Amino acid sequence: MSNDQNQIPPPHASPDEERVGVYVCHCGSNIARTIAVEDVALWAEQQEHVVVARDYKFMCSSLGQELIEQDIQAKGLSRIVVAACSPHMHERTFRGACQRAGLNPYLFEMANIRELTSWATDDREAATSKAKAQVKGAIERAVLQEPLEPLFVDINPNTLVVGGGIAGLTAALELADSGYHVYLVDRDSSIGGQMAKLDKTFPTLDCAACILTPKMVDAANHPNITLMTWSEVMAVDGFVGNFSVQVRHKPRYVIEDLCTGCGTCIEKCPSRVLDQHFEVGLGYHKAIDRNFPQAVPKYPVIDTTHCTYFQRGKCRACQVVCPTNAIDFTQKETFEQLEVGNIILATGYEQFDARRVPQYGYGRLANVFTSMEFERMVNAAGPTSGQVVLRDGVTAPQSVGIIHCVGSRDKNYNEYCSRACCMAALKFAHLVHERVPDAEVYNFYIDIRAAGKHYEEFYHRVLEEGTHFIRGRVAEVTDAARGPGEEGSLIIQAEDTLIGKQRRIPVDMVILMVGMEARHDARNVASTFGLGCDFEGWFTERHAKLDPVVTMTEGILIAGACQGPKAIPESVAQGSAAAARVAGLIGRRTIKLEPVRASIEAAACSGCRICNNVCPYHAIVFHEEIKISEVITALCQGCGACVAACPSAAITGAHFTREQVLSQIDGLLWDMQPGVLVLA
Amino acid sequence: MAEPTTFNPVIIGFLCNWCSYRAADLAGTARTHYAPTMRPIRVMCTARVEPEFVLKALRSGADGVLIAGCHPGECHYVEGNIKALRRFLLLKRMLTQFGIEPQRVQLVWAAASEGHQLAAAVDRMTEELRALGPLHWQQTVLRAKADIPLIKLEVGG
Repeated sequence: MSNDQNQIPPPHASPDEERVGVYVCHCGSNIARTIAVEDVALWAEQQEHVVVARDYKFMCSSLGQELIEQDIQAKGLSRIVVAACSPHMHERTFRGACQRAGLNPYLFEMANIRELTSWATDDREAATSKAKAQVKGAIERAVLQEPLEPLFVDINPNTLVVGGGIAGLTAALELADSGYHVYLVDRDSSIGGQMAKLDKTFPTLDCAACILTPKMVDAANHPNITLMTWSEVMAVDGFVGNFSVQVRHKPRYVIEDLCTGCGTCIEKCPSRVLDQHFEVGLGYHKAIDRNFPQAVPKYPVIDTTHCTYFQRGKCRACQVVCPTNAIDFTQKETFEQLEVGNIILATGYEQFDARRVPQYGYGRLANVFTSMEFERMVNAAGPTSGQVVLRDGVTAPQSVGIIHCVGSRDKNYNEYCSRACCMAALKFAHLVHERVPDAEVYNFYIDIRAAGKHYEEFYHRVLEEGTHFIRGRVAEVTDAARGPGEEGSLIIQAEDTLIGKQRRIPVDMVILMVGMEARHDARNVASTFGLGCDFEGWFTERHAKLDPVVTMTEGILIAGACQGPKAIPESVAQGSAAAARVAGLIGRRTIKLEPVRASIEAAACSGCRICNNVCPYHAIVFHEEIKISEVITALCQGCGACVAACPSAAITGAHFTREQVLSQIDGLLWDMQPGVLVLA
Repeated sequence: MAEPTTFNPVIIGFLCNWCSYRAADLAGTARTHYAPTMRPIRVMCTARVEPEFVLKALRSGADGVLIAGCHPGECHYVEGNIKALRRFLLLKRMLTQFGIEPQRVQLVWAAASEGHQLAAAVDRMTEELRALGPLHWQQTVLRAKADIPLIKLEVGG
């Protein structure tokens, strides 16, 4: 390998001289029951290169590991093969044993004869024969292995957090409090994310703003946080520890250094526009405005599509009234380059578009609301000042139907459960009772998913408040009355699966509990940052259970609902977890990277550049002047796509070289009739 | 040449480290039994599988080659599985011209949670290869006539 770090010469010049030790594990009876382990060990000892072969009850035990260590030293073994469980289980264990005995840990090969063989069949003869083939493959591969050294790279202690919702905010504050600098970028004009729109939070009914806004202010005032709102990440270069990020600052047309946030401009602006963004169409904002009065930062932004000056060239009311001359209509977008060591993505989710379920009438029937509309409505700072009213703005509903799982748990839209909506629906039921005491509330649900601390208790509380629960998916919401009781109402038609009957419930107001979806541009964001997305667009974590905030790309972490539907507590937990992971990395100052990476032999490279485009991590650069491509080792994640793609075989994939794999194939097929002629 | 009815084919399985190898691990952990015909090779990604590996396996005595990777859109290396698919389709076209039946080289997707599906894929392939009989590389491939028609390929998996 063209690894520039202390290259250790292999102990023997040719594979023929390698001294292999083979260790076959019984795993108690897990392996030995199906595979004749003694037989495999005896047979292995007869194979070429093999100096010693043993079988042992538990190879992973300290005694088993010592066996390997002693043999390495006493018998001068240069390669170790362990036939046992999955490498995902104990590869690290045995690499450690090799290392302790002075053998490079990459001169070790594991044959998985437990998960892949002894547990997968009862046929002892076939399993034993398969195990032999696996061991032979491992031996043949091991003799061609080369010692590899991990790469060490320095970690820049600055961190970029993308998204200033509750997850990103938590991550940024945790890191900043630990003494590390954070750039917090949000494409909206204020941080706060979706949580800033909410009124109360379940199950405690804390006011969302009361717990969120102090954190927003903390972030803005923190000496270790550089807040960049109305900004977007355009490009990411580099690798863990050394990312270079280009951020685009969109023009606010307000000079932040001069603006005091007094709000006079907002007051005097003559252009009043329906606010589709923050007020989800229920309220209005001015052409110069901020999302909400407690926005952080407090600087407003001019909405150029509705600003009279930008549209017609006159007005300038804001400029005239601004006491500090902070309005600048000529502002242009600017770009800034940030150097960071780690990146935490907390880009959140989007609401499912209720118009996609036409039978529920959203957008057609006036008094069908989405959950976010209702959320804004019950918010004391929202467009109706907390009054629960119909679309006319004055009439309080006498009955409210809450429909669960709109766009979730539905094969036509999203199969998954959006996790937070059941509890939000229960909260809404409670809030309707609180604001309109006489109103009847009907919940149409599939299952009530109240899994969380004090969630079930909240459900019981809502039950006791007299909310009606009807179990069944709603077929339709209509205004076509069939009988005298239904006139002038919205009728919810649903099957009540508990009594096995169709029911028609007339109500004044319908709330659709819309699910969460990945951001519409999640795939673009994923490709900018070089991470994976699943079918639905949620970012893919390294391990769903054991590594939920780390991605496959070193140094890129995820937190909150960008990884999958989440409520506030889980988002906060992930934000903290991501921050802790980053702080841990920064604390180490350097990071050790797996040496399983590609490298290009310059002399064999034809400069065709095929590999440049094959690499998903932009880890291969082309040197125009010498017409040769080169792998930036720290960027390479070791997938081997370029190795297979190179028409000149100029790229070597460390630990998975062509020779190693071909040799393993030979070993695996040791008992088969080989073809005589070689296909060139 | 008598066609043995109890012919046990040998399959070389290229399993990607992140999805399919873990699927195979899961199949074992769940004690899902399947034909012990697949001899596994772990690769980091199916995109690492060179056509030469497949040819090498076939001419070294394997009756079939199974390549198993993450589902499209779920590749841990963003889209390595798509690269594997592209190569696979080209390779299959070439193998067909050699006279090698399309069932002998298969590409399947198995997520880490799909142990059962991976096991089923091995079983299915084993049955298909049983029906076809041994590959006999020398007879099949080296005597293949040039007049074998091009077979229209479907995206397999």
